[in-house]
Amino acid sequence: MRLSPDEWIFWRYGFVKINATIAFTWGLMAVLAVGSRLVTRKLSTDLERARWQNVLEIVVTAIQKQIEDVGLVHPEKYLGFLGTLFLFVATASLCTVIPGFEPPTGSLSTTVALALCVFVAVPLYGIEEQGLGRYLESYVEPTPMMLPFNIIGEASRTLALAVRLFGNMMSGAMIVGILLTITPFVFPIVMTALGLLTGMVQAYIFSILAAVYIAAATRTRDRKPKPVPLP
Amino acid sequence: MDNTTSIALASIICSGITIAFGTMGPALAEGRAVATAVTSLAQQPDASATITRTLFVGLAMIESTAIYCFVVSMILLFANPFWNHVIAAGK
Repeated sequence: MRLSPDEWIFWRYGFVKINATIAFTWGLMAVLAVGSRLVTRKLSTDLERARWQNVLEIVVTAIQKQIEDVGLVHPEKYLGFLGTLFLFVATASLCTVIPGFEPPTGSLSTTVALALCVFVAVPLYGIEEQGLGRYLESYVEPTPMMLPFNIIGEASRTLALAVRLFGNMMSGAMIVGILLTITPFVFPIVMTALGLLTGMVQAYIFSILAAVYIAAATRTRDRKPKPVPLP
Repeated sequence: MDNTTSIALASIICSGITIAFGTMGPALAEGRAVATAVTSLAQQPDASATITRTLFVGLAMIESTAIYCFVVSMILLFANPFWNHVIAAGK
């Protein structure tokens, strides 16, 4: 019973191993990058546009609207990072319908790497938006006694991001594997469909939580009141 | 009862108890969260996008504790260091 795609090794030389996690991650990267490049070769701005361009536009504008809803004022700055997080995790779980594919997010290495990206990105965006002094001030925000709790909170929510995604992906794969030995007909298909649903929800949750953490780090403390339009 | 048997016994029983208790709490909490979300949707239907998104984020946070219990249970069954140690010592 394979606990994670880390144990499925394709090729080994000395201590360098190509295991299923690395192979499938690069496969997904190739699909996403080459696919997008092919679609965006001829972009048109009139009413006549290719089908795939429409699909990509729907995806990109939907992600941008979600980022704006969370409270980030300039969504274009964060669209690359948050959109990539969402698309990578979503494609990884969508491709589980391909037989023989194991999602690379079912391995703790991948999810910890993604969570570390968020852990590094939050202070970076915070410092870029507010300056180093004000960002560090936010750690002593209610009272200076909260400083250790804020730091521990940062670390623990990164860990929670990683373990949440890993647990959901691994449990989906494991349940289908166990069920295949018990009821080999229709029930594993139902569980695969459920795994698809939870995979997409977890992709959404991962990117929305990353957006919420970035929004918490970049919001300006002094709010100017919105201008009221004259009657 | 020798070491091997007692480690196996403890791992199996604890794995079952972990997953049993670990799913009760989150299930009750998620039920309450969804009930409150549905009530507030009935009161303010035009805020449905915000309410739905917040509901999903909250559900994911609650679900993570169940996932932690599941991961511990799987570790006890399949990646148990004590079991590996005692099996390697017995070879």
